[in-house]
Amino acid sequence: MLHYLEKPVESALKSAKPSRRTFLKATAGITGGLLIGAMLPRGTGIAEAASAEDMVTPFVHITPDNTVTVILKHLDKGQGTATGLATLVADELDASAEQVTVDFAPADVEVYKNLAFGIQGTGGSTAIANSFDQYRRAGATAKALLIAAAAKEWGVSESEISIENGVISGAGKSATFGELAGKAAKLPTPNDVTLKSPSEWKYIGKSFPRVDIPKKTTGSVGLYGMDVQLDDMVVAVTARPPRFGGKVKTFDGAAAKEVKGVVDVIAIPQGVTVIAENTWSAIQGREALDIEWDFAEAENRSSDTILAEYRSLASEKGIPSKQSGDAAAKLASAKTVVEAEYAFPFLNHAQMEPLDVAILYDGKQATFWTGSQLQTMDHQIGAQVLGLDPANVKINTLWAGGSFGRRAIYDSHYVAEAAMIAKTWGKAQPIKLVYTREDDVKGGYYRPMVVHKVKAGVDENGAISGWQHRIVGQGILFGTAFEAYAVKDGVDNSLVEGVSDTTYDLTDLDVDVHHPKLGVPVLWWRAVGHTHTAYVMETMMDELAVAAGEDPVSFRLKHLANDPRLAGVLKLAAEKAGWSTPPQEGRHRGVAVHKSFNSYVAEIAEVSMRDDGTVKVEKVVCAVDCGVPVNPDNIRAQIEGGLGYGLSAILREEVTLTDGEVDQSNYYDYLPLRITDMPDVEVHIVASSEAPTGVGEPGTPPIGPAVANAVYKATGQRVRDLPFAKHGLA
Amino acid sequence: MVQFTVNGEAKTVDVDADTPLLWVLRDELQMTGTKFGCGVASCGACTVHLDGVPVRSCQTPVESVEGASITTIEGINGKAASAIQTAWAELNVPQCGYCQSGQIMSASALLSENAKPTNDDIDAAMEGNVCRCATYVRIRAAIHRAAELMEA
Repeated sequence: MLHYLEKPVESALKSAKPSRRTFLKATAGITGGLLIGAMLPRGTGIAEAASAEDMVTPFVHITPDNTVTVILKHLDKGQGTATGLATLVADELDASAEQVTVDFAPADVEVYKNLAFGIQGTGGSTAIANSFDQYRRAGATAKALLIAAAAKEWGVSESEISIENGVISGAGKSATFGELAGKAAKLPTPNDVTLKSPSEWKYIGKSFPRVDIPKKTTGSVGLYGMDVQLDDMVVAVTARPPRFGGKVKTFDGAAAKEVKGVVDVIAIPQGVTVIAENTWSAIQGREALDIEWDFAEAENRSSDTILAEYRSLASEKGIPSKQSGDAAAKLASAKTVVEAEYAFPFLNHAQMEPLDVAILYDGKQATFWTGSQLQTMDHQIGAQVLGLDPANVKINTLWAGGSFGRRAIYDSHYVAEAAMIAKTWGKAQPIKLVYTREDDVKGGYYRPMVVHKVKAGVDENGAISGWQHRIVGQGILFGTAFEAYAVKDGVDNSLVEGVSDTTYDLTDLDVDVHHPKLGVPVLWWRAVGHTHTAYVMETMMDELAVAAGEDPVSFRLKHLANDPRLAGVLKLAAEKAGWSTPPQEGRHRGVAVHKSFNSYVAEIAEVSMRDDGTVKVEKVVCAVDCGVPVNPDNIRAQIEGGLGYGLSAILREEVTLTDGEVDQSNYYDYLPLRITDMPDVEVHIVASSEAPTGVGEPGTPPIGPAVANAVYKATGQRVRDLPFAKHGLA
Repeated sequence: MVQFTVNGEAKTVDVDADTPLLWVLRDELQMTGTKFGCGVASCGACTVHLDGVPVRSCQTPVESVEGASITTIEGINGKAASAIQTAWAELNVPQCGYCQSGQIMSASALLSENAKPTNDDIDAAMEGNVCRCATYVRIRAAIHRAAELMEA
């Protein structure tokens, strides 16, 4: 997600609503340079509690006990970024794996901005890509200082000092990092450092122990926002309108106040909030609320009605996104023409940890604790709601129990809500705002509902001859601070990515879009537009291969002359999956290949059909090219998980509305993938010296079409209306 | 007042009898390793052992555990549990980690009962535990690995 916010975000924010003035002020100076390895003054930021014997730079903190703490500017929500950033520092620093630990950075846009966005935030599979040089440089700078300190201490030249596995040695002496950290901190920071050549890497491209595993297997305290426990803390839950855009007309909180443990009931613009001594009392209290809603301005339509409107729009010309050659003429002369219409439902992220944020506000200062994914937005919007200078607002980023896009929220709505509760309630007591699963499922910010209509042809040589493609769906960023940058000529790029920028050799391509207005808030969902565009492109490619009488892999390769890396992963996956030999009896294979977030992934799914007519995905063979593979095991993990997430969506996930109300409530009717549906997965990584690119999202897009294409082999059925469960296939 | 033991320690809590054990553990006893995921026994994130048997604490009223022995992720030990925790680390199972307490509680209960589970046994025992990061491939492999570790 967020990939189309690539720098500079400031331009988008400059045209933002006037209410964002504070934000602009704060971001005005973000281009100012800051020496990556410069010492931080004691008593500020992460150096607040540092002693004179510490070395504290923005990204590396070495303490006398010989611990190296890597400061994480990015949120880790399961994608492995914490370990990735630690790997980059540790390699250049030649630290031992055992001495390295991590901590999340405070909200500080100047120091910790994502170099791809211009604001502090995580998304778009950019974490390692934008940090690759920065964090290696931070490690190399710390190493240079330690060497200089040792040389000075031991009275020898720097060339006589070496560092290996956390031990500084030279002149017949040795020392730990901790012993020399304080002395190194007093030396001038070098202006430049030389980074290792790839052949010298010790951890990058090999392995580095996951920094979070012990915490995540023993029930560690205080890891996630949901686990925050503070003295005198109360818990808040909010009753929000059951239809998007609804409001509270009247409410009676008397019965709720009678519930044991309930402390207060307050009205806020977002709804009615119950504040209680504990979570259970808050939930019980909310059930006792009596609220009459005002739906005059709400979205009151059913999803079926909306879908019918989308399908009708799909027959009308939309806003042009891409036009090359003459698709209409080519289609008129094509040997075979395939036409298809696809429908994709709203999807909920359904991350395991429901949304939560804790706040302590005393009227002058505020501190938030949450798995903050866009720290700059959370910081600025939190400050704005409270009417505070951002300098008096602190964000403590915690590990997040999943996100898949849900916590990268352009309007920081739950941080804003917590701030509103604290301000309205007016007591200087910590409050933890908790979403229940139902709040999360019904709470909007979904992957948009989308309709695609495609007409494509092949000529007598089996080459694609004309491709017309229309997409109908809400733009994600309309009306937000990011609109000016992400929306170009009326087209929200997040809806057309994967189609308009396809690298298939489609000389005659015509893409247009409709962005209907809808009251349902939408958001990026792991891999964003690629979640539906890859499905359409790759099932269409399969249909065209059949129409051309060609093998689906060779047909794709024939049209990938301009994209050797995409062709490369396709060939590798085909080879590893044994594509040229038939699968065993009862098994059927389907292929898909797609580029997203600058990474290339091919997936070959092998399926069987169960007796009840449902599909079982037995095995998936993947090939991925993400440039330099910083942490191969984490790349495998992200591809495994990414395809599991995508498989979950195509099998059973959909959010539907009846008269504006969300029909689903919890994991019993919004159905996530379980272990019983998880295929075996094999991941092959292309050796590469290209700059590293992301892996959090690119594993997700190809799985849907790969499985759909295999199901076609098995049943002759083309699934164009998702999810599969609608057709008895799951 | 309800009395029971958690990880071997006697606890007395003064809450409504129908309060789910999950919230007693998390909010009263400040043991937050047991997670809130769904509140309706649909995801398994809140799994604890009740007299050795895995249960969903979000659907276990505290009155029903009077006198019982509860084990949570914070106190899990024994051969199966430590094999599971070791295998989880060896294979880097967790991603976001939020469901993993529950996964580990279910997996260690499985291994205590069945030292050499098949893939089908694993699916049956673990189907109630959702992982949105879809770490299932590694969960399966780690249970097999833990079974090996227990044999050794």
